[in-house]
Amino acid sequence: MARIDLVDLAHSYGGNAADPSSYALKPVTMTWRQGGAYALLGPSGCGKTTLLNLISGIVTPSRGKILFDGVDITPLSTQKRNIAQVFQFPVIYDTMTVGQNLAFPLKNRGVPKGEIDVRVAQIAKLLDLTPDLDRKATRLTADAKQKISLGRGLVRSDVAAVLFDEPLTVIDPELKWQLRSKLKALHRELDLTMIYVTHDQTEALTFADTVVVMHDGRVVQSGTPAELFDKPAHTFVGYFIGSPGMNIVPAKVRGREAQVDGHVIALNRSYDKLPAGARIEIGVRPEFVDVAAPAPGLISANIERIDDLGRVRFARLRVGDVKFAARVPPGFSVPGDVAGLIFDPSRVHVYADSLLIEGTK
Amino acid sequence: MKKTINNRAWFLIAPVVIVVLFSALLPVMTVVNYSVQDAMAENHFFWNGDTWFRDLLDPSTEIGARFSGALERNLIFSFVILLIEVPLGIALSLALPRRGWAVGPSLVLIALPMLIPWNVVGTMWQIFARADIGLFGAALNGLGLNYNDTQDPVSAWFTILVIDVWHWTPLVILLSYAGLRAIPDAFYQAARIDAASRWAVFLKIELPKLQRVLVLAILLRFMQSFMIYTEPFVVTGGGPGNATTFLSIDLVKIALGQVDLGSAAAMSLVYYLITISLCWIFFTAMSQLDMLKEA
Amino acid sequence: MTRGVLPKLGLVLYLVCLFLPIYWLINMSLRTNEDIMSGLVIWPRHPTLIKYFFIFHDPTWVHAFLVSLTYVAINTVISVTVALPAAYAFSRYHFIGDKHLFFWLLTNLMAPTAVFALPFFNLYYAVGLFDTVWAVALAHCLFNVPLAVWILEGFMGGVPREIDETAAIDGYSFWRFFVRIFLPLIANGVGVTAFFCFMFSWVEQLLATTLTATKALPFAAVMSRSYSASGMDWSLLAAAGVLTMIPGALVIWFVRNHIAKGFALGRV
Repeated sequence: MARIDLVDLAHSYGGNAADPSSYALKPVTMTWRQGGAYALLGPSGCGKTTLLNLISGIVTPSRGKILFDGVDITPLSTQKRNIAQVFQFPVIYDTMTVGQNLAFPLKNRGVPKGEIDVRVAQIAKLLDLTPDLDRKATRLTADAKQKISLGRGLVRSDVAAVLFDEPLTVIDPELKWQLRSKLKALHRELDLTMIYVTHDQTEALTFADTVVVMHDGRVVQSGTPAELFDKPAHTFVGYFIGSPGMNIVPAKVRGREAQVDGHVIALNRSYDKLPAGARIEIGVRPEFVDVAAPAPGLISANIERIDDLGRVRFARLRVGDVKFAARVPPGFSVPGDVAGLIFDPSRVHVYADSLLIEGTK
Repeated sequence: MKKTINNRAWFLIAPVVIVVLFSALLPVMTVVNYSVQDAMAENHFFWNGDTWFRDLLDPSTEIGARFSGALERNLIFSFVILLIEVPLGIALSLALPRRGWAVGPSLVLIALPMLIPWNVVGTMWQIFARADIGLFGAALNGLGLNYNDTQDPVSAWFTILVIDVWHWTPLVILLSYAGLRAIPDAFYQAARIDAASRWAVFLKIELPKLQRVLVLAILLRFMQSFMIYTEPFVVTGGGPGNATTFLSIDLVKIALGQVDLGSAAAMSLVYYLITISLCWIFFTAMSQLDMLKEA
Repeated sequence: MTRGVLPKLGLVLYLVCLFLPIYWLINMSLRTNEDIMSGLVIWPRHPTLIKYFFIFHDPTWVHAFLVSLTYVAINTVISVTVALPAAYAFSRYHFIGDKHLFFWLLTNLMAPTAVFALPFFNLYYAVGLFDTVWAVALAHCLFNVPLAVWILEGFMGGVPREIDETAAIDGYSFWRFFVRIFLPLIANGVGVTAFFCFMFSWVEQLLATTLTATKALPFAAVMSRSYSASGMDWSLLAAAGVLTMIPGALVIWFVRNHIAKGFALGRV
């Protein structure tokens, strides 16, 4: 159990540290606190698995340091780092039984037999593997094999962190839900630091108390699910999290006003010192824009279709050339092809070159 | 993996059966025919029953003694080369580079001995083992060993073993290397996370995953070494005496040298049956192992 | 995953030992017989390509070389073509007698060729194929076809059945699925199988020599003749021996990537 600090950590697979554009992971400095449940969220190829493999020591960083409780462990091998990791596809030892598979990481570290038995029994119970303990692991289904892999990751009580690399990819949706809740329960029970890599926002938001969003080799935001929803630090976060994603619209911003397609939208804060020459956009989640009857002073939009999600309806619209989504208030019936849009000024964010700009009161 | 029952699969098999039967059926029947007959005069045969077989399997007869001698030599030979080539081949396949420029050239060099026609292999070693013009023979004699592969039985045996190891370890290396390359990286990474030793990685990951390629390697090596003919024929001619007279060599001596077709045919059938039985035992043991795993 | 100097050292040592006999053959092929008999030299003092020129200018040798390549090519094509559907059947279906049939096929790998040389001669003589490349190509099918079925079956076992089922649902006919989807998936296996067929047909000499006389005499048989005829022309034999390695070396160069990519003959 440990706090993990990444200091200016970066990696390039080509090994060309001089060329920052070749980095699969761009320099990052951040802290993972002891006992946290983290999700590392991002699309494939964003560098999340690289970051995971750097922490576990499977990959050696091109630059930067990794500290466990303040001690630099960058030069240490995977074995010495005291990290557990579960991979995307089940890894089991063919010749061993389920029980022997679970005991393997402990046996290799010289844990006394009595202790191993207790721990294996405990983990097997948590994962519903108790009836299979004496069976050959190769005879089980892919689901069960992945549970063994999970079990081998969780069986060590003294690890600095358990890393999961999209561990539920091969699992059926029904069981996926169960296993995810189980992992969450295990996190509470075992008091382990867990880092969970996924490209699925539901998985990330339900598992983690802190979600780290990655995009194009960079950590773009780290925060609670609520923070990511309310105040995306990067347009990518806005767009990637939430369904439908945040509306990102090019705008001219001056003071407390944004101009979109010739219409004016009021802002809650004042933006006087925007970087010169930057691409300015405003971002607002569909949940905070209401569709209304067209009226003077409102941005008018063409309605393309209405998505009824049961609890809530979203209108898909077009403002000029830009696609837009907005909430249809309950009981409101859409008048025709054209609608007006009402913005909640406190929820409209301003982005310069994709990065959030904090305005002044 | 579950298979479905489908007897129309026979249509897919038919071409193979036809091609193989064409080459296999008539010759086998001819041999069976010879084995139960005796020739009085030219092209005049009469029924001879199991006489050839009884003589062959009775070590007190001349032919029986020859056969049991050759069989024993051949079994020892096959056993010894398997014992050398399989571990050596696996060890070398582990040492081969997995990536980089050296992979291609190493593989080509390793495979080269297998791609030389067998009588050329014989000729090559015939020269190489000579004390006067061959490096191998000269070097061994230079070390003070009394080495002469055509005069001394120990030298002859040693030479044939070295040739076979040189010639066929590459097969084990290539198959084992290909099997190793098929193991996903995640297995090695998981082993590092689990703090498995190098030896444990070999025993618990690599060896089990190599099972099928090794079965192919061992069976092929056993069959071929049990039928070895060309190399000893060219290099030692089966001698000195009959120190390196293996089954195939003896058979050709009897059939073509002494034109004793009945004995030769009976001998080849027994020989064939022994090969098949040994392979069948191995094959069954292996498929039992597979079934146990997949059940 | 192997680290350390020792394994690398062992490998290099092995490669040197492996190459020595080959080097010796090349060495002798570059020297005259008088030079060879005059004593042992590590480096040829007066290297000469005279024996190679001799072989290139002798129509018997050139013809024999082409004959060898032809029957090997025919055999490889036949073996792989007939083995593909059979291997598919063995890998995907249970049918009456499947296990016994598979083992029967394997028994043909075990038939000592020395035993069958004479009956083979009778057979091919009777059907009028004697002394043609077809006789050798077909005879080599005896062991190459079963081997091809065996190897291909292993490769196909590594392809998930779901792929077959998806293709069937998508309305592919069997043969279209087999050629358009399945074959590309096991291209690696076809390459490896062709390599093995090439290899065992190229190196086999007993049947090849028995089934031919003059018109379709294989290269290595011309070699055996030349040493009974003119005493021991070591230099010429060595040169011919070196030439027999070239096609094999080329073939392995082309399939090296298939082997380096790895195969486990079944699911890993």
